Amino acid sequence: MKTMRSVILDEADRWLFPVVLLVSVYLTFRGHNAPGGGFIGGLVASAAFVLRYLTGRHREDPIYEVFRPHTILGAGMLVSTITALAPLFFGDSLLESHIWKWKIPVFGELKIVSSTFFDLGVYILVIGVVLSILVALGIDQDENEDNPNEAPA
Amino acid sequence: MTLLLLAHLLVAAVILTALRSRPRLAAFLGIGVLLASATTTALLSARPTQATESWEWIGELGLRIDLALDGMATLMVLVISLLGAIVLWYSINYFSDHVAYVRFVGIFVIFAGAMSGLVMSADLFTMFVFWELTSVCSFLLIGMNDESASARASALRALLVTGAGGLCLLAGVTLFQIAAGTSSFTELAAQSPSGTLITVAALLALVGAFTKSAQFPFHFWLPGAMSAPTPVSAYLHSATMVKAGIVLIARLAPIVGHDDIWRWTIVLAGGTTMVFGGVRAMRQTDAKLLLAHSTVSQLGFLTILMGLGVPGATYAGVAHLLAHAVFKAGLFLSVGIVDHASGTRDIRKLSGVGRSMPVVAWLTGLSAASMAGLIPLFGFATKEKALVALLDADEKVGLVAQVALGFVVAGSVLSVAYSVRLMRGLFGTKPGIEPTPIHHPSWWGLVIPMSLTVVGSVFAGLMASSIGKWLDSPAQALDSKAYGKLALWPGINTAFLLSVGVILIGAFAARLIPTQPWRNPIKISGENIFQYLYDGLITTAKRITRVTQSGSLLAYNAVVVLVIIFVLAAALLAGTDSGVTELTFADSFFQFIVVLLACAFTFGIAFTQQRFVAALLLGGLGFACAVIFVMFGAPDLALTQILVETLIIVVFLFVLRQLPRTFAHKNKFAPRSIRIAIATTLGVLVALFTVMVSGARTAPTTGDEYTTLALPEGGGRNVVNVILVDFRGVDTLGEITVLAVAAVGVANLVHMANRRRRPGGPEHVESNTSEGVPQ
Repeated sequence: MKTMRSVILDEADRWLFPVVLLVSVYLTFRGHNAPGGGFIGGLVASAAFVLRYLTGRHREDPIYEVFRPHTILGAGMLVSTITALAPLFFGDSLLESHIWKWKIPVFGELKIVSSTFFDLGVYILVIGVVLSILVALGIDQDENEDNPNEAPA
Repeated sequence: MTLLLLAHLLVAAVILTALRSRPRLAAFLGIGVLLASATTTALLSARPTQATESWEWIGELGLRIDLALDGMATLMVLVISLLGAIVLWYSINYFSDHVAYVRFVGIFVIFAGAMSGLVMSADLFTMFVFWELTSVCSFLLIGMNDESASARASALRALLVTGAGGLCLLAGVTLFQIAAGTSSFTELAAQSPSGTLITVAALLALVGAFTKSAQFPFHFWLPGAMSAPTPVSAYLHSATMVKAGIVLIARLAPIVGHDDIWRWTIVLAGGTTMVFGGVRAMRQTDAKLLLAHSTVSQLGFLTILMGLGVPGATYAGVAHLLAHAVFKAGLFLSVGIVDHASGTRDIRKLSGVGRSMPVVAWLTGLSAASMAGLIPLFGFATKEKALVALLDADEKVGLVAQVALGFVVAGSVLSVAYSVRLMRGLFGTKPGIEPTPIHHPSWWGLVIPMSLTVVGSVFAGLMASSIGKWLDSPAQALDSKAYGKLALWPGINTAFLLSVGVILIGAFAARLIPTQPWRNPIKISGENIFQYLYDGLITTAKRITRVTQSGSLLAYNAVVVLVIIFVLAAALLAGTDSGVTELTFADSFFQFIVVLLACAFTFGIAFTQQRFVAALLLGGLGFACAVIFVMFGAPDLALTQILVETLIIVVFLFVLRQLPRTFAHKNKFAPRSIRIAIATTLGVLVALFTVMVSGARTAPTTGDEYTTLALPEGGGRNVVNVILVDFRGVDTLGEITVLAVAAVGVANLVHMANRRRRPGGPEHVESNTSEGVPQ
């Protein structure tokens, strides 16, 4: 995979990667009122990482160094579970939604529903799932092929 | 009290996380919390009103955490924390720098806390919770030496036996709740319930107590637990774990003690345990095993006293519980010292140790004398009291008391005999054997803690009458009529003469009974049955796995598909009224085209020989479905479908790198014709079923309700999303958990496959990790 690099794909990734990530976040947050949500957002973000992997530029990407996919996976699980359990501490039932509304001058009313955090957890978790599959089936195998005598990372 | 228990947990948490590299500090912290526990308990019990605490736990089920510091709880907590502190002190020098020492201290403290909670429980359900906690802790402690296979096996066995007993106890507790409407000890005692259900409940609870307290026929795990380090054994055998069952019996006896079935079960099981434990102790050559069997024997004694439900016996039981805890802890610690000093515990090899370690020998002798019931030690006073109580009980309960007395006298003879055997074995000078070399003649870090227990035995013996008065309170907490006196010199009466006889015969028996390994004439023992069941379970599990998990994808698919076919066919044949009135061919021309395309893809997948082409066509099919979703106005679904299809194609590409380019077609079990037949049947059935089901709805859809509730309740206008994160949020939580598990599973499978393939790596990874329990 390293040997065949396409300049067009490289450039596409350079510009698309941040945009796609931004779109994924946008999709996640608007999900409560319009098509989108954590699962869709997470998949879109994962698509960005997959694209980056296909270009071979993932080798320069610090995300695999800083967070291991399983850490991201766990973080997503944690955020969702905490959001799900939080209402129990206030005497409500599991996953009970709470709606906060603030009036902000100029922008108008800002409404945050607690389930947004739950969706955020789903978003993170989906990225973690795809990344860990990407690492297990893609990146580690590449390294195996490159230097078959060394253990995968 | 709750705070006290939480303090144990908190300290344990600190020890286990922060003090990994500071073993001494960890031990001191542990000793500190145990001493604090003892002090607080003493202060609380000195107050005029009894301390009780009650917390709501699961309100809908009426479950509460109920704690009460009555006399019995006070006595037990004091024993648990003081002996715990002594054992911890001893352990600092015993382990010196064992890698797992800090873990030991942490679990030890949790164990002490769990045990304290158990004795404070004023409610059966509360007790059950702590009961299970002690089982888990003892498993961890027995298996502390986790590199030894035998330690792991005996820890597992202890856990399985006590865990099974725990389940019986839970069943018993639930039956009590059903039959009597309450699980509180005081309320149950006030009701004094009876009936078949209560008897069954009591017997189930007894099974729990017998497994925990190593009563016949569940006694075998306790000697097995000897592979634990000596401090663990000392604590497990004296103050904790095995005493849990005795405490349960003591708490239940005032409630169901009047039942004849209960009484006979107690006396026969306890009596058998007492005598057989004694006989087995005489057969041992390992001093620690000798002590283990003597514990089994003494526990039988306690079971009889506590379970008989006779006030005098209950009082004697409480007193002997204290006596046994003190002398047994001391004896185990002594064996540990000898083991540490000479490197062996084999009483055939040890010789002349008494001459090299006279102080230890004398101190151990005092503990052993207490076990044998010699004047002026505490063990004498309590055993004397027990004999008196059983002689008196004859008038009240008749034959059963005589049987109990018989067992107790026989058991006592043996306890004198094994005490003598232990002392001679450990410290005696044997003809023809070289004096055993001693490496550390006296290790004061070990001897002083041990001698504290000896001081306890001597002091309590000399002060028998004051201690006796103080023991009224614990005894009365169990049975309001139970009170008594302990005396150092009771005067010459029947019980005293019995005692003298017991000591004389016991001393002779010590010389007569040989130490040959015990050959059980009867092949059926609790141990064999356990082993048989355990092996059987493992073999059956392996057999079932071999049959059901063939490892062939084809077979798995076939099973899934055939089951679906069967269910669908049955449903279609059973359903008469389909409710389908009219079928439209297509909603629009465009829809027709898309479906046609999807069909084309499907046929392509079925007929192509190339894996890669099949993967691409599968993706195309997915996109066609997404288009159909859009047409029906489901943008969320369509979006998800498109994204998932995209990613799946990439994943397919990853996997295809590792697979042959074309499908393998030859399979003698499933020729092409059969596969085509099965696949076609499934497709036709699913299509038919979908049509039928769409017309068969009778109840209103939940969709309408969700649509109206989405904005006011869920705060969102996208109904699909609100359903996902709010209305059916628990489902989503479950699904993402599955996703996470699947991702970790994929990563591990790939990792294992890589390791297997790597040159020089292990050819195949060990799949059989279960281990058998050795005899």
